[in-house]
Amino acid sequence: MLEVVPGDPASFMLGINAEADTLAAMRRELGLDQPMLQRYLSWLGGMLTGDFGISYTYRVPVSELVMARIWISLPLAIFALILSTLIAVPAGLIAASRRGRVSDWTVMGTTQLGIAIPNFWFAMILVSIFAIKLRWFSAGGFPGWDQGFWICMQALLLPAIALALPQASILARVMRSSLLETLSQDYIRTARAKGLSQRRTVWAHAFRNALIPVLTIIGLQFSFLIAGAIIIENVFFLPGLGRLIFQGITQRDLIVVESVVMLLVFAVICVNFLVDIAYALVDPRLRRP
Amino acid sequence: MAKHDKSSLGKPASGFKSPTSLWIGGALTSIFVVAALVSFLWTPYSVEALNIGAKLQAPSGTHLFGTDHFGRDIFSMIMVGARVSIAVAIVAVGIGILVGVPLGLLAASRQNSFIDDLVMRSNDLVFAFPSLLIAILITAIFGTSALNAIIAIGIFNIPVFARVTRGSALPIWTLDFILAARVAGKSGLRISLEHILPNILNILIVQGTIQFSLGILAEAGLSYVGLGAQPPTPSWGRMLADSQTMISFAPHLAIFPGVAIIATVLGLNLMGDGLRDLLDPKLRRVR
Repeated sequence: MLEVVPGDPASFMLGINAEADTLAAMRRELGLDQPMLQRYLSWLGGMLTGDFGISYTYRVPVSELVMARIWISLPLAIFALILSTLIAVPAGLIAASRRGRVSDWTVMGTTQLGIAIPNFWFAMILVSIFAIKLRWFSAGGFPGWDQGFWICMQALLLPAIALALPQASILARVMRSSLLETLSQDYIRTARAKGLSQRRTVWAHAFRNALIPVLTIIGLQFSFLIAGAIIIENVFFLPGLGRLIFQGITQRDLIVVESVVMLLVFAVICVNFLVDIAYALVDPRLRRP
Repeated sequence: MAKHDKSSLGKPASGFKSPTSLWIGGALTSIFVVAALVSFLWTPYSVEALNIGAKLQAPSGTHLFGTDHFGRDIFSMIMVGARVSIAVAIVAVGIGILVGVPLGLLAASRQNSFIDDLVMRSNDLVFAFPSLLIAILITAIFGTSALNAIIAIGIFNIPVFARVTRGSALPIWTLDFILAARVAGKSGLRISLEHILPNILNILIVQGTIQFSLGILAEAGLSYVGLGAQPPTPSWGRMLADSQTMISFAPHLAIFPGVAIIATVLGLNLMGDGLRDLLDPKLRRVR
């Protein structure tokens, strides 16, 4: 796909004043003189064995670049996912069990706003308040995991909050409507009729049944988190996969872009598969073959 | 129905009663539509004329939202930015509807056929890719311009509309009046156009509103990372990107474009919720 891009990586690497024979040598070194189909097939074959090829600009294997950065992007996405779930599930629970009251309205109003706020804008506001004004956190960058777990988590906290906000808003609304739908079922009325309190009914009968759509959305959100991370990592100057893609685009380092995108797509498909397995854990009815 | 159905994201009713949210949403949205239309004829100041002498002014009577680091009037830039955002979103949703709805109708009219499988599996394929990621890729490959941003966002509207169309068309195909139309000898194409489409139009309108707001957010994100409309055309996303280094001493640069995005998206979402309740109260179940 990236073959159509204007701009030759070899001439980009050597600058516009490069001699013609230097260019040809560079193309040979990068394997660019081979036909397009052959390069594509060897790239595909390499992917299967974990060999993503060599970056045009960094001159190191793409897999090395990916491994160096995945330990920022992956913790960030997981951190954001955990935050979003921790906020959304209780919020949805409260809203649904107090339907129509002030707490319901508050949750619904806040989430409506949360969906509308672009996460990179929210990130900028967080930086200006907590990093620039209050100086509680650093405004960007990443110290590296060897600096200790808590220091790193501190660096990831603001980006994770910014990433989690829209996802938590969507998730809270799904949780609420799913729980409301469950609470209108006949077996809930039966449970109430046999004398269970509202609270016990929600916990013992409704909660797990309401989790199925929530799980689906959590799985789907993983791909949103990955895409959102590209932008958020740029706001906070976090050297993660998103920034790698972005730098790859601006430097015409196409093999990096292709490989990382394919890797992320693969990750998304895996997560969706895991979500399908998680259904069975939550809902025994789905375990039957 | 389809578990990836994106319409479920907007499914829960808002905290507001339907006419209220429709009014608030409609009002917010029309402010920006009017601002975009007026900007073709008139803006308080030119958005391309630089006036360094008046740079970084705080909001005041002469410059309602203040000025940026080139002395350009933020209010005027937001008006023109509305034009870009709305144009991108309209065309992107248009691509989704023009391609996605026929595909969905086709798939529904031949349920479980090879064509149905082909359409739905290709949908799954596109859904597997994080949309913004691919949008970034597309704009990177074909160059950074508003047009490519439109195409990139539009492509991801296709499966959304195809899926919603098929999903809501299937239950209608089982109804008696469709059987009657078949007995009368109407072809699948005619039934789809004359009977199915009018019956799912309200669902499509609601979905269109939601996709419209997502399109505005996506455009803002793309132009924030520099892959949307190019200078000197003002766009909300790039205004935010430019403001980032100046946020500590000129917060108005970040606040007004941000509020513009939020208000537009919020307005569209509220309008979508209100329309859904207004057009068909049963709709939440049908989806």
